Amino acid sequence: MKVLLAPVFFVLRLIWQTVFLALGQVWANKIRAVLTALGIIIGVMGVTGVGTLLNAMESYVLDQFEGIGAKKMWLWGQVPESKRSVMSWTDAKLTTYEANLILEHAEFIETLTPGCRTSWDVSYGKKVEQGVRVTGIWPTWHEIEDRQVLFGRPFSRIDDDENRQVCLINEQGIEELNLDTDPVGDYILVDGRRFLIVGVVETKEVSPMMGGGESRTELYIPFSTHKMMNPYTWTDFTLQMVDPDKAEDAQAEVRFILRNHRQLDPDDEDTFDMFVIQSAIEDFNTLSNYITVVLAVVVGISLVVGGVGIMNIMLVSVSERTREIGLRKAMGAKPPVVLTQFLVEAVVLCLTGGLIGIAVIQLLVSIAPLIPNSPIETLSIPSWAIWTSLIFSSGVGIVFGMFPAIKASMLNPINALRHE
Amino acid sequence: MSAPRGKNPIIRIRQLKKVFRVGEERVRALDGIDLDIFPNEFVAIMGASGSGKSTLMNILGCLDKPTSGQYILNGHPTHKMGMGKLAQVRNQEIGFIFQSYELLNRSTALRNVMLPMLYSKHHIFSARRRAKDALRLVGLDDRMSHRPNQLSGGQRQRVAIARSLVNEPSMILADEPTGNLDSKTTVEIIDLFTKLHKAGQTIVVVTHEEDVAGHARRIVRLRDGRIISDYPSDEDPIHLDWVQRMSEGRASITDAELEINAKADAERRARLEAEKKNKRSLFSRKSKPEAVSTKREGES
Repeated sequence: MKVLLAPVFFVLRLIWQTVFLALGQVWANKIRAVLTALGIIIGVMGVTGVGTLLNAMESYVLDQFEGIGAKKMWLWGQVPESKRSVMSWTDAKLTTYEANLILEHAEFIETLTPGCRTSWDVSYGKKVEQGVRVTGIWPTWHEIEDRQVLFGRPFSRIDDDENRQVCLINEQGIEELNLDTDPVGDYILVDGRRFLIVGVVETKEVSPMMGGGESRTELYIPFSTHKMMNPYTWTDFTLQMVDPDKAEDAQAEVRFILRNHRQLDPDDEDTFDMFVIQSAIEDFNTLSNYITVVLAVVVGISLVVGGVGIMNIMLVSVSERTREIGLRKAMGAKPPVVLTQFLVEAVVLCLTGGLIGIAVIQLLVSIAPLIPNSPIETLSIPSWAIWTSLIFSSGVGIVFGMFPAIKASMLNPINALRHE
Repeated sequence: MSAPRGKNPIIRIRQLKKVFRVGEERVRALDGIDLDIFPNEFVAIMGASGSGKSTLMNILGCLDKPTSGQYILNGHPTHKMGMGKLAQVRNQEIGFIFQSYELLNRSTALRNVMLPMLYSKHHIFSARRRAKDALRLVGLDDRMSHRPNQLSGGQRQRVAIARSLVNEPSMILADEPTGNLDSKTTVEIIDLFTKLHKAGQTIVVVTHEEDVAGHARRIVRLRDGRIISDYPSDEDPIHLDWVQRMSEGRASITDAELEINAKADAERRARLEAEKKNKRSLFSRKSKPEAVSTKREGES
């Protein structure tokens, strides 16, 4: 057993001794080591710092998208630039016929609701709320939007079929119109017409990024009722895809159905446009990839600068310790062993710098949430940033420590021992 | 020449030459050395500066390779080996002792003594115990965890001796081991050498001090890259002459030394003329017997 273990132990002991020696060397020259490793420290701070921010931004943005729903897709009519003179906006407007067509033929679309919005004055008793956004929807809206019905019932098909004057109101509306806590069964006036409140939906914060502001009164009425009250209103569709990963297929399908229905020639431009969250996520990912590339370049430069510093100090260290090298060689250290010693020392120096850099960022990260009103609640250094930093700083140690280490290993022991 | 015969020599040197190139000139630092050193010998190698003493020591220590000739150390034909192999031979066969100790200042005495075993494939599991034993042997078992700067010169040199012993070398090679020590500590270190010699260790000391050389059993003298005298220390005429003068209170270069130097110089001149080399070399400078170095003057 001992015979088998001996070579392993020999190598382990040599490495352990070398690392121990290198740490001792760094400890003995603390200030020098830190100054030398400054380039590495800054480089690593760059990687971990930007990595942390990127990470935080990414999770924030993706959270926002997630909240809206990754399966969602928006569709609206649009007059192409070249057809401005021959087409009117109403020609491009989406119709319920098209909505049914899509529902019937598009395999990648689960469901959809048309939507139209008008601002009307709404009143309850003496309380009048001006310019409330009233949205006309299909009952499928409940499947697409993740909005809980707190009281009453959701819309049903029959509300739309019979153009019923019923409405859903959000919690905010109850407050602003001074309605009862459970207003189901009460009547309110919308543009002078009596509407029965059949349900209450929760108020949903819309993220500032998505153009939302302070939440306010929202009123939902059946789409057909809305069309009857205001036939000229603009219409768009909110669709729900079967699978967010099949977003492109879904888009292609919808595009085919609409182009076919609108009898567009192959060289005609689309008279509609659409948007999927998925593509926004992809755009964002592309952006963050660009940031990563820029970051890599910046970090690369600072690591090279840091590496030159390391090389410089290692050359100093080699000439300072020429006699020690001579002694070790006289004692039987072969050139590769001496080379390893100085290489390990350079790597230890760089890794120390890297760890200091990470420690500084960790400190900042734990301080950041304490700043009042900071939008960031939790920050953490992504593990890839830590690994990249450590791997790169040891890489710099190996690359820039190589020349001094070779120089040390090539020293002639006689001259080295005579060195003053 | 009364070295113990009948055994195989630890060191066997034949026609060893070392030529340095200094600019255009070729300097023959060693000019055909023949030397056998047998196990358990205590040899002093002496010579003035420029005599080739250091060059010989470097080659003996496997730190340098001869230009031509043979050097067989304990069966290893070192003149045929590459630097990697030589490093292994240094590690296994030679215990170095230096004038300025060459200890690692940041390591404890124990770690310093363990250093040669770090580069050895042997004694992997017993390194610490062996180092402690070696320190005990030189009488420093109470100073194991001290750093060199906490030790006196004599103690440092004893750490170095312990370090040289720890791999059980076939030869200890000491280069002016007492050069940095006062006379009292010198005696201690010399006594330690004598003790090691009695225990069977082969020791080669390179020195220019007659009193140190006097403790060796054999004195080899070099001059201009050649061995000019090789006697047991109690028969060496120069040493005996020096002892005589010391007892009379006159410390000066000895007549016997002048005589032998003059003879060697005359021989060399004759040889050079015979070679009829017109090339200028370091050896062709005119050196008269009375102009021989008197650097030992004033030393006692």
